[in-house]
Amino acid sequence: MKPPAARAHRDMILEVANLTMRFGGLTAVDRVSFTALRGEITALIGPNGAGKTTLFNCITGFYRPSEGAIRLHRPGALPVDLHRLAGYRIARSGVARTFQNIRLFPGMTALENLLVAQHNTLMAASGWAVGAVLGLSRYPAAERAAIEVARRWLLATHLLDRADDPAGALPYGAQRRLEIARAMCSSPGGPALLCLDEPAAGLNPRESEELARLLLEIRADGTSILLIEHDMGVVMKISDRVVVLDHGRRIADAAPAAVRSDPKVIAAYLGEEGEEE
Amino acid sequence: MAYALQQLINGISLGMIYGLIAVGYTMVYGIIGMINFAHGDVFMIGAFIALITALLLSAGGMLDGPAAILLMLLISMAFTAFYGWTMERVAYRPLRGSFRLAPLITAIGLSIVLQNYVQVSQGARVKPMEALLPGGIEVMRDGGFVVQLSFTQMLIIGVTLAVLAVFTLLVTRTPLGRAMRACEQDRKMAALLGIDTDRTISLTFVIGAALAAVAGTMYLLRYGVIDFYIGFLAGVKAFTAAVLGGIGSLPGAVLGGLLIGLIETFWSAYFSVQYKDVAAFSILVLTLIFLPTGLLGRQEVEKV
Repeated sequence: MKPPAARAHRDMILEVANLTMRFGGLTAVDRVSFTALRGEITALIGPNGAGKTTLFNCITGFYRPSEGAIRLHRPGALPVDLHRLAGYRIARSGVARTFQNIRLFPGMTALENLLVAQHNTLMAASGWAVGAVLGLSRYPAAERAAIEVARRWLLATHLLDRADDPAGALPYGAQRRLEIARAMCSSPGGPALLCLDEPAAGLNPRESEELARLLLEIRADGTSILLIEHDMGVVMKISDRVVVLDHGRRIADAAPAAVRSDPKVIAAYLGEEGEEE
Repeated sequence: MAYALQQLINGISLGMIYGLIAVGYTMVYGIIGMINFAHGDVFMIGAFIALITALLLSAGGMLDGPAAILLMLLISMAFTAFYGWTMERVAYRPLRGSFRLAPLITAIGLSIVLQNYVQVSQGARVKPMEALLPGGIEVMRDGGFVVQLSFTQMLIIGVTLAVLAVFTLLVTRTPLGRAMRACEQDRKMAALLGIDTDRTISLTFVIGAALAAVAGTMYLLRYGVIDFYIGFLAGVKAFTAAVLGGIGSLPGAVLGGLLIGLIETFWSAYFSVQYKDVAAFSILVLTLIFLPTGLLGRQEVEKV
């Protein structure tokens, strides 16, 4: 294992520093700091209400954090302060996410969902849609390329035969996979960081197995992953690092095996006498 | 029979104008869930810009032939689109995220502002314009009654179909159209995928205003008389059309426009001209009571 000092800056993709999110009197996330490394799967776990999804919402621009910083580090570029960017700019800087409750565009086909994700590339090529209407410019080639990318991810998620079905008509497991595929299409060459909010929720064991394989493929493809998950089987199997939150605070940050035996983590999950301390 | 056929022709050309305006209502409603009550006045602005262009051309001695009409159409679309963009920027964007009623009230205020602005700057008197396309073709002769399809009506039907075809292509086949549909279904998610939702909404207003400008120009050519107040009645009727077709549905808006145009025309032909507006608005009431989602509208599904 690398010593902590070496972990610090070199391979970092996401840096969360002293992040605090308050809703009125409620502090949902309380001075949380951690880093996610490039090319790794970092899992974020914790009991219900620990602040995991709130943290995600801060990272992806749904919420503006009350305090603290979130920085995205990309090789050969200056760090990007995500907590200062508008939502669509966060996406453009290479962060993609999925939702606990699926948020596909139900009225559009599976393929169209993936094309919407490639909006920026296509929009630039279409000369502001004027070219697309007239059939001019580089647009046809760009659209073919976009469809190619979409087909690749439909294939990877076993959805190729459902490409033209409305997303809302797909079975639950397929919708979950489509959401991941859409996130993967959202930046040219795949996003730098993929944030998944409980991707295994509601999946049967076989589907979870497939999901784990898909996530490992994505990691091998060069996308770092930040994962919220309750399915410990999946977490322990694929994560490189596990960050544990409880009541908005970080209580552990270690390799999966170490986290599993950490008494503080066990206490948080099972409850403990005199929890107030 | 011949009489009815004539009314059918009149009704369709009137309905096309309503349809073009209704598309603007339904598009804006689809994307931000708000009825843009100033949209009728945008149509009025479009008619005025077309008229001003015609007067300028006439002063230069060039008000002649299809090129002049095309120029009127394009200039009106360009300027009216700019009005649409400004309107969204100034009056609606600052209110995004506030309570639902706020932009609605602003829309009504904006409608009054536009009317008075045109009244003050252009005068309150009605503005006549000579017919640019006199004449027509005789479709049928039944005794003394001649069924006529005027060139203006042909122009209205032709231009409207062409504009709607391009518009349909834009919405279904282009990244901009996909972005618009995505914003309509889940705006936050669209932003997360890198779509600049503010810009997409702006463009929706721009396109809606351009379509209203086409309607305004066609209205001017057909009736030859406009004033600062035409936007109100046309706007409310187009709104009725959008509701009848199912608000949020684009084909519904066109269908609703055609139906309102036909109902109004046939009502004035067979019952009473004075009560034609009553007929059109009774449809609004009946639709809201018995068919709130409209003919082609989707059932609203509330999600938590």
